[in-house]
Amino acid sequence: MNEKLYPLSVTVNGKVHMAEVPARLTLVDFLRDTLRLTGTHVGCEHGICGACSVILDGAPVRSCLMFAVQLDGCTVTTIEGLTRPDGTPSALQDAFCEAHGLQCGYCTPGMIVASHALLESNPAPTEAEIRDAIGGNLCRCTGYQQIVHAVQLAAENIANGAK
Amino acid sequence: MKAAPFEYTRVASLAEACALLAEHGGDAKLIAGGQSLVPMMAMRLARPAWLVDINRLDELKHVELRDDALVVGATVRQCVIERNADAVRSLPLMNKALKWVGHVQTRNRGTVGGSIVHADPSAEIPLVACVLDATLVLQDASGPTEVAAREFFFAPMVTAIAPEQCLAEIRFPVWKAARVGCSFEEVSIRHGDFAIVSACAQVALDADGKCGRAALGIGGASPFPHALPEIGAMLEGRALDDMLIEDAAVAVADLIDPDGDLHATAEYRRFLARMLAMRVLKAAVADAVGKEVQ
Repeated sequence: MNEKLYPLSVTVNGKVHMAEVPARLTLVDFLRDTLRLTGTHVGCEHGICGACSVILDGAPVRSCLMFAVQLDGCTVTTIEGLTRPDGTPSALQDAFCEAHGLQCGYCTPGMIVASHALLESNPAPTEAEIRDAIGGNLCRCTGYQQIVHAVQLAAENIANGAK
Repeated sequence: MKAAPFEYTRVASLAEACALLAEHGGDAKLIAGGQSLVPMMAMRLARPAWLVDINRLDELKHVELRDDALVVGATVRQCVIERNADAVRSLPLMNKALKWVGHVQTRNRGTVGGSIVHADPSAEIPLVACVLDATLVLQDASGPTEVAAREFFFAPMVTAIAPEQCLAEIRFPVWKAARVGCSFEEVSIRHGDFAIVSACAQVALDADGKCGRAALGIGGASPFPHALPEIGAMLEGRALDDMLIEDAAVAVADLIDPDGDLHATAEYRRFLARMLAMRVLKAAVADAVGKEVQ
């Protein structure tokens, strides 16, 4: 098939990427298949599960509900961009391990992106605020209790100086 | 699930968008937040040949108070209206409704106008537009046309908008009375899911505590967001005590004609409409009573 290609320049995790993409390529497929950033997961592909959450120009969004072509000139941060600068896990990622906030791990990138965005705007969230922030992310195995605990633990650790 | 192929144009002006719609008619579709359209394209329930992206049009992003109305550009994102000081102060019903709209990630992209033109009968923003008797401004290559929200919605995803028109702005009337209260409630399977039934009400109390003005509507129980001006007429000029509110809630259940589906029977929807009408009226009165008489 000979689909028309559209030029695209987008900053992902601090690096500028130039590409030519068909209009119907979703942002999540662009990240995974074109840039090989496979940390962002594809769950439902129609905006229900939240596994594909990424941060677009500072705000968490579902990357299956955008076409890559729409992002020309935008800035995206994926789960790969949320580690410490040396590539080791961040305080939030550490807290997910410590509090058993993941089991199969499928929802985890989306959960961490959503929680990261919450903690950026609200460093000391209440339990209700945490549940609201991850309300658009489905987990089918660990359950939400430990994920909420993980975010609470991360907030405490960050307040005590962890990065 | 992948969308069918299409051609894409990111327009630089509303006039350019209207020209493309005039050229391609029903083969073209506008995309703003895409939170309803993209899933439909993924499921191939929608297969536009052209996608016209209006996300970057500054002329559709205004939020301003003008002539006793809050005027909201069609592509203002839901998260923006959630935090906009003028909107929070002058249109508290919208703020309460947005707590029920999707999730953080979808409100960060989804737009006020997009929810209206998508016209899901259980959606919150169209219900607020109908209950407050908002005016929609539709633009095409020949100019703007105004249509009342209450005359815009015909059936699920069927509205008065023509293929060559773009919703440009929505004018939500602002109630100026000193004591205005409002409430929005719904029942859904999980918070953020589509409402099985929703209800919202806004009331204004006059100086002696009687109802100066009231508006109420029900979502999810009719093929369109259902404003019920009959209830406002029934309440105006009277003291909004519990007995009158319960009578009004019974009248609400009589005025609607819900269908049953996999999630809820028609009878259960009628029951929910009555209960939620009662709750939002009581909560709106309590909200208004708490405000000072000026």
